[in-house]
Amino acid sequence: MALVLNEEQQMLKESAQGFLAEFAPVAEMRKQRDAGSETGYASNLWAQMVDMGWAAILVPEAYGGLEFGHVGMGQIVEQTGRTLTASPLFATAILGVTAIKTAGSEEQKTALLGAIASGEITTALAVDETAHHSPTQISMTAKKQAGGYVLDGAKRFVADGCTADKLIVAARTAGDAGDVKGISLFVVDRTAAGVEVERTDMVDCRNYANISFNNVEVSEAALLGAEGKGFGPLSATLDAGNVYLSAELLGIAQESFDRTLQYLKERKQFGVLIGSFQGLQHRAADWWGEIELCKSVVLKVLQAMDEGDAKAPILASIAKAKLSEVAELASNEALQMHGGIGMTDEYEIGFFMKRARPAQTMFGDKSYHTDRFALLAGY
Amino acid sequence: MSELQAFRQETRDWLDQNCPESMRHSAPGGDEMCWGGRNYKFVSEDQKQWMERMAAKGWTAPDWPTEYGGGGLDKAEHKILKEELAKINARSPLDSFGIWMIGPALLKFGSEALKQQHLPPIIRGEIRWCQGYSEPGAGSDLAGLQSKGEDMGDHFIANGQKVWTSYGDKADWMFCLLRTDSEAKKQMGISLVLFDMETPGVTPKPIKLISGSSPFCETFLDDVRVEKDQVVGEINQGWTIAKYLLTHEREMIGGMGMADLGGKSLGQIAAKTLGLEHGRMRNPLLRGEVAKWEIDGACFALTAERVTDEVKSGHGVGATSAMLKYYGTELNKRRFETLLKINGSDAMVWDGEASNGGWLPRTWLRTKGNSIEGGTSEVQLNVIAKNILGLG
Repeated sequence: MALVLNEEQQMLKESAQGFLAEFAPVAEMRKQRDAGSETGYASNLWAQMVDMGWAAILVPEAYGGLEFGHVGMGQIVEQTGRTLTASPLFATAILGVTAIKTAGSEEQKTALLGAIASGEITTALAVDETAHHSPTQISMTAKKQAGGYVLDGAKRFVADGCTADKLIVAARTAGDAGDVKGISLFVVDRTAAGVEVERTDMVDCRNYANISFNNVEVSEAALLGAEGKGFGPLSATLDAGNVYLSAELLGIAQESFDRTLQYLKERKQFGVLIGSFQGLQHRAADWWGEIELCKSVVLKVLQAMDEGDAKAPILASIAKAKLSEVAELASNEALQMHGGIGMTDEYEIGFFMKRARPAQTMFGDKSYHTDRFALLAGY
Repeated sequence: MSELQAFRQETRDWLDQNCPESMRHSAPGGDEMCWGGRNYKFVSEDQKQWMERMAAKGWTAPDWPTEYGGGGLDKAEHKILKEELAKINARSPLDSFGIWMIGPALLKFGSEALKQQHLPPIIRGEIRWCQGYSEPGAGSDLAGLQSKGEDMGDHFIANGQKVWTSYGDKADWMFCLLRTDSEAKKQMGISLVLFDMETPGVTPKPIKLISGSSPFCETFLDDVRVEKDQVVGEINQGWTIAKYLLTHEREMIGGMGMADLGGKSLGQIAAKTLGLEHGRMRNPLLRGEVAKWEIDGACFALTAERVTDEVKSGHGVGATSAMLKYYGTELNKRRFETLLKINGSDAMVWDGEASNGGWLPRTWLRTKGNSIEGGTSEVQLNVIAKNILGLG
């Protein structure tokens, strides 16, 4: 497939750009923060996104979705990186849909996917138990009992964990930390007895939670997919997560670049525009080139997911490693080239850095994905 | 059967009958590449036949017009020919600066007489060309060139010195930039001229590089007579053509890709050389460097693909030849630095059979020139900053 957008994808990109610029610019993020918003986003914003069909893009038509594909969804998410727009799009319409679509039974898909597409429910994915992503190291347990399971353990840094209706939880039904086998996925109500949700304030002002599961009893119907075989669908979900985090980071890197380039053409020192200095020109040119590389790999991996290409997992790690690196470069260069004003809270450029780092870190940073890439490549 | 399908079948049949068996694997480099020209010695009868048969069909220059002996293929047909050649692993019948560089410039800017004189012998592999651009005092600042062409009425008398003339000692003709108006502003007084290397006063001398022998020469011009009918385009308007050729050259260097490492990836070579432990390469720091290179290499290859697709689909070009040249050559240098570390002291053996004639250290040193020739990395960054980013 040619590495270009088709007309429909291009149109979706432009409509997302227009919508977000009008209804969810960076100023909206500041507004949520200053108001001490629990959710980090405005609920009417999410309602508008659902109305536009964004929650349904990855949901198959058979379950009430649009089945528009990853390339299309990637364009939207890239734009949300430009505007730093928080919403349930990532945790619900991407992670939730992918996990349920990949692992769920017919009943679960019918019940949950349609409810996501119509905006009735939101979800969150509870995987990590420490500050470093390491999905094989899961130690939270799910013990079988008559008619169901008992979940016991704790999850950290769950995106949208404070607000989601349903938590998709990875726990062990067998084996020990480090084993790939024995991991199972469960769908648990956030308000179920024994679930304790504690909001964690983080640098990007979005809603994350540390969640304790204290002997939470769930029915057999809560099991998502086959018992002990949850690692496959979990990996697919994390791959999708990393691909969309890469798309968001692309938007962040690109917006940081565009704003900085503009600044280089406005700011004067020593009587001239600072963009006339070769010391800055070469850094800007190199940075621009790095973003070109990022555009290619993000589009490629989105296409690979749409095509069910077996290379999608290795491409996902290539993308996340590269985008984590370039987003770091971009946010640092943006700040440095803005000088003192970039350090102020009043100016927006610093917000891009404060969103980039959690996005880089979530589900594995550059070092994690460089290691995973090498393993998948056979060394 | 559509016309294109018929063309594919005809092409396949023709190649089947006309491409000698021994030409169906890639040339190991050096002399086995066919450069043509007056003094070229074919390494085999097969090589000679392959070039002559392809030339007779015009397929040494498949998309040039048939009136000059070219293949006259349109884009779709040209693509099919390339695919069919690749399918049988056929090597290039003729490598030539005539086909890659001066030919396209003549097609775009040359007079009818110049096209008729020069294009057919290029296609037939009879005349080998070299490029006279850089001078000792004019490298990155090419427009500062000082070699002069003095106006003598119907001809110029050229004096000066050119440097980095690839294969200057083996070429038959030179396309050369001369200052033909010393009063005019820097870029305005330059002409692109053509002359025979056997003209009295033309003296090429090979240059030895840090990597050992090289194809480069310095070429001295002492009272060389250049006919005025051998000026490409208008007199004193050669800079536009020179820039066109530089873009072409940049694309060529950027598009050459990475030297083949026996069909193996850097990671495979590293894993084999250093060994694995619990599925991971020994030496974790080097492993990280290798993986990082492969990630960047993959992103770069995808970018080259995306740029090609964007051009094909009529979208504006995102990345340009300057970006591809800059990134591709820097990447190639890094690749060889990493290969050096993977191979340790073995990588520095300069000669002998075990080291394949010192292939690795010599190639490593040669890559250092990648980011200098055809415009330095710093010049590429200037081009990006000014032309794309609009930074003055």
